[in-house]
Amino acid sequence: MSAQEYAFVVMALVGTVTAVRMVTARNVVHAALYLVVTLAMVGGVYLLLAAEFVAWVQILIYVGAIIILFLFGLMLTKAPIGREALDNQSRGLALLIGFGVLAGLVFLIQDAFHWSDAKLVTVQATTGDVGASIFRRYVLPFEAVSFLLLAALIGAIVLSRKDEKA
Amino acid sequence: MIRLPLILFFSAGLFSVGVYGVLARRNAVLVLMSIELMLNAVNVNLVAFSQLWHDLTGQVFALFVIAVAAAEVGIGLALVILIYRNRETININEVNLLKW
Repeated sequence: MSAQEYAFVVMALVGTVTAVRMVTARNVVHAALYLVVTLAMVGGVYLLLAAEFVAWVQILIYVGAIIILFLFGLMLTKAPIGREALDNQSRGLALLIGFGVLAGLVFLIQDAFHWSDAKLVTVQATTGDVGASIFRRYVLPFEAVSFLLLAALIGAIVLSRKDEKA
Repeated sequence: MIRLPLILFFSAGLFSVGVYGVLARRNAVLVLMSIELMLNAVNVNLVAFSQLWHDLTGQVFALFVIAVAAAEVGIGLALVILIYRNRETININEVNLLKW
């Protein structure tokens, strides 16, 4: 195993364990904080894969913005504490489906890729390369995404605005 | 150098934890968080395959997925807050007005 692989395994283990803690946490704020660690570890994996722009966007948007949105959402809605209050009755079925999905995916992956080949030789993808790729080949999807963000902005304002009584 | 199956197993693990979270939680904000976990698993795969084929398309798509996820969270939390304002609960088991 290379040093890169050791670093990856450590980050993947931390990320997976905190993800499991997130879906089993008894306190909603703790769940949000566990999600921070998971998202930061995913960002670290991007850095290991030499995708620096995606990694910093992950840190800025997920850890910086989306988690804050979640924390605001949790604080504006009163949530009870305790697993029975946060989980529904079909937890066993959900566990079964989760393990089923995991088993299916693991079977498909080890069927499709042999353990020894399919090695990633990472090539540094600089921000300039990613920017050139977006603005040369994917200008139309980029514009579509910016329109989507505008629509989401207006939609969120319209939804959460209080109706004044006519 | 990283072996590809390791990364794919990590992302499969994140995805199945997200599936469990969506199915088992009944607080709407926690369900949205689990959806973020699943979107992140997909992004890890996109970046990994982008490095396998040395093609930047995967990373560009990962950025698009992040943007769509941000829009989804914005609208989703606005809906959750609207439901809370009207029903005093965000328990998704009790929001069943349209259920046959």
